[in-house]
Amino acid sequence: MSRPRLIKESSAPLQLDKELLVRIHDLMVKTRVLEERLIQMYKQGHGYFWIGGPGEEAFNVPLGLLMKKGQGPEYDYLHAHYRQSGTLLALGEEPIGALRQMKNTASDPYSGGRNFAGHFSLRKYNVAPVSSPIEVQYSIAPGTAMVQKRVGGEGITIVTGGDAGTAEGDFASCLVWSSRPANPLPILIIVTNNKWGISTSAEGQHGEPRVSERGKAFNIRSKTINGNDPVEAYQELKEAMEYVRKERKPFLLEANVSRLYGHSSASGANYVSEEEDCLKNFEARLEQDGVLTRQQMDELRNRYTEDMAAAARIARDEPLPAPETIWKHIFAEDK
Amino acid sequence: MANMAQAIRMALHYAEENLGVTDIFGEDVGAPLGGVFTCTQGLKTTWNSPLDERGIIGAAMGIAMGGGRPVAEIQFCDYVYNTIDLLKLAGNTCWSSNGDWNLPMVVRTPVGSGIRGSIYHSHSFDATMTHIAGWKVVMPSTPLDAYGLLISACKEQNPVMFLEPKALLRVKGEERIPGEPDDDRALSKAIDAPLGDRSQWKPAWPEGLEAFAIPIGKGKLVREGSQLTVVSYGRTLPLCARAAALLADEGISVEVIDLRSLWPYDWEMIKASVQKTGRVLFVNEDTEVTNFGEHLVRRTVEELFYSLLAPPRLLAGKFIPGIGLADTLEMASVPQQNDITDALRSLAGEQP
Ligand SMILES: Cc1ncc(C[n+]2csc(CCOP(=O)(O)OP(=O)(O)O)c2C)c(N)n1
Repeated sequence: MSRPRLIKESSAPLQLDKELLVRIHDLMVKTRVLEERLIQMYKQGHGYFWIGGPGEEAFNVPLGLLMKKGQGPEYDYLHAHYRQSGTLLALGEEPIGALRQMKNTASDPYSGGRNFAGHFSLRKYNVAPVSSPIEVQYSIAPGTAMVQKRVGGEGITIVTGGDAGTAEGDFASCLVWSSRPANPLPILIIVTNNKWGISTSAEGQHGEPRVSERGKAFNIRSKTINGNDPVEAYQELKEAMEYVRKERKPFLLEANVSRLYGHSSASGANYVSEEEDCLKNFEARLEQDGVLTRQQMDELRNRYTEDMAAAARIARDEPLPAPETIWKHIFAEDK
Repeated sequence: MANMAQAIRMALHYAEENLGVTDIFGEDVGAPLGGVFTCTQGLKTTWNSPLDERGIIGAAMGIAMGGGRPVAEIQFCDYVYNTIDLLKLAGNTCWSSNGDWNLPMVVRTPVGSGIRGSIYHSHSFDATMTHIAGWKVVMPSTPLDAYGLLISACKEQNPVMFLEPKALLRVKGEERIPGEPDDDRALSKAIDAPLGDRSQWKPAWPEGLEAFAIPIGKGKLVREGSQLTVVSYGRTLPLCARAAALLADEGISVEVIDLRSLWPYDWEMIKASVQKTGRVLFVNEDTEVTNFGEHLVRRTVEELFYSLLAPPRLLAGKFIPGIGLADTLEMASVPQQNDITDALRSLAGEQP
């Protein structure tokens, strides 16, 4: 099986401002530590199921940093999938929200104890509810993009999902609806390719050498990038987003990423040592370039680990939703 | 008087002018056709979508999320089945996000038999749709109700499934829609697209159309009666009303309820009627196994058992894979006038 390349040229200087590199690193560490805490909570019986994105931080963090964040069509919409805690933290979310969702507490800010970990929903930042059926977000996303196209302004729609899921018709729907010559849409169509669908390898799933090549048939500008390199991810995302923002046309971006703890708790959620670890690699480069010292990075990780443990203790002691709340929000009341 | 297709069109016109409807779309919904049943001719915000039902429902959800107000059409309900998971998602979005998101969207789709549509243009969708929580589901049986329910649907914060009984789309109403002109021919001339080249055509919408809204969840007492109750909706409702008129001549007094809204539905109206008559027949044309009427029968038994003089009954479509094209096959598959009259007569005569 072909594997994502490690880093373009590990000796090349890091081409982003130091401040930004430090910020990306900080968020990547925060995300990793959050996910490891979520896995631990699951394994200790403080949650029923874990799914999340360790291994995808190098791509997800830059995505969140680059989003135009706010509510309504002037801002970016994110139709996310279930591996994007890094994006949410980069948008400014506090990790305790994800811990609360894992513990299904009434205080879970994304679903009130109703949905799985990683199933974020955040109207204030245009984050559409993450759905368990994979790929449906690709059918929904053109709708927000259509509104944005009509409203004008700079807001774009971003939709993400996995590579195996591109076999679903919804992915084709997205390509068709986004690229109609009479109404091309401002949508960034992202596929994070971790080379697996649960246990089925990419070779058993799809035949195109690159998922991004499917864009060609639709005249959609497309690219495959190394999503394990936060610098490349940041730069490529920025370029793609600028294109979509300005041209009001679709862009298909495939990011090769790692799946560092398997598919989910359903496959054990254990560290997969053969996978590239984007954080380890990034830290080596940061150290090599003198951006951060090993000690600084270790201290950061320790601090987040302690923070996360404290937050998990808070979440663990919070009450579950009251049974009678099952009747709440079946329908929206007039707002 | 307007027929149901015209009523739907007028309601949509009112809604795009006054209720913020931004997108009326689906396969062939826009120009030049204006819908295979003409329900969307001449409207301002119509557009033709790709031939992709999942895309249509998905786009409606996205448009609603983006702050638009979509009215999407699935050309025939038979083709809505490959969107079931999206309908489920639309229904649970508010609940699963703990009230954070809501989807103000309407989906219209023609349902039922009556146009000799054979296997794939005759299906019903009431049982399947009422199984999906988080939606409001309505099905009018008159043009006025179609108008009023669609106005309500376009004001909703929640997804609404608007089921259009195909057999009734061309039937003229007996009540005038508020603002509709007195002369039917004048109405047709003003709002029905001409045959042939329509590129220059523009409708002349009646000026006085009103925000006449029928609340979702309220049934209509179509006819008062004292001996038995029949509860129906859509195509079979006028057949029930005719049966009641017929049976009145035989001295059998039938109360007729048009449910209009399937979810939420007017249990209070059913309850009051059954407590009065002690006998009830539920009629619809969906297949009879796991039928929405079975739910109504169950609730009647559980809550009104001691008011009953006879077992509640359901008259529905036969549990077969489709509706055959031949007249004899269609007639045998879904309730017809005689079936309803016979069932009511038999229920009236049932002795414990
Ligand atoms: C419609 C649907 N079918 C099946 C599943 C079960 N399932 C959950 S994740 C998954 C694999 C998805 O693989 P991919 O799209 O590559 O995303 P990844 O999880 O690898 O990021 C499957 C089959 C599902 N959630 N939804």
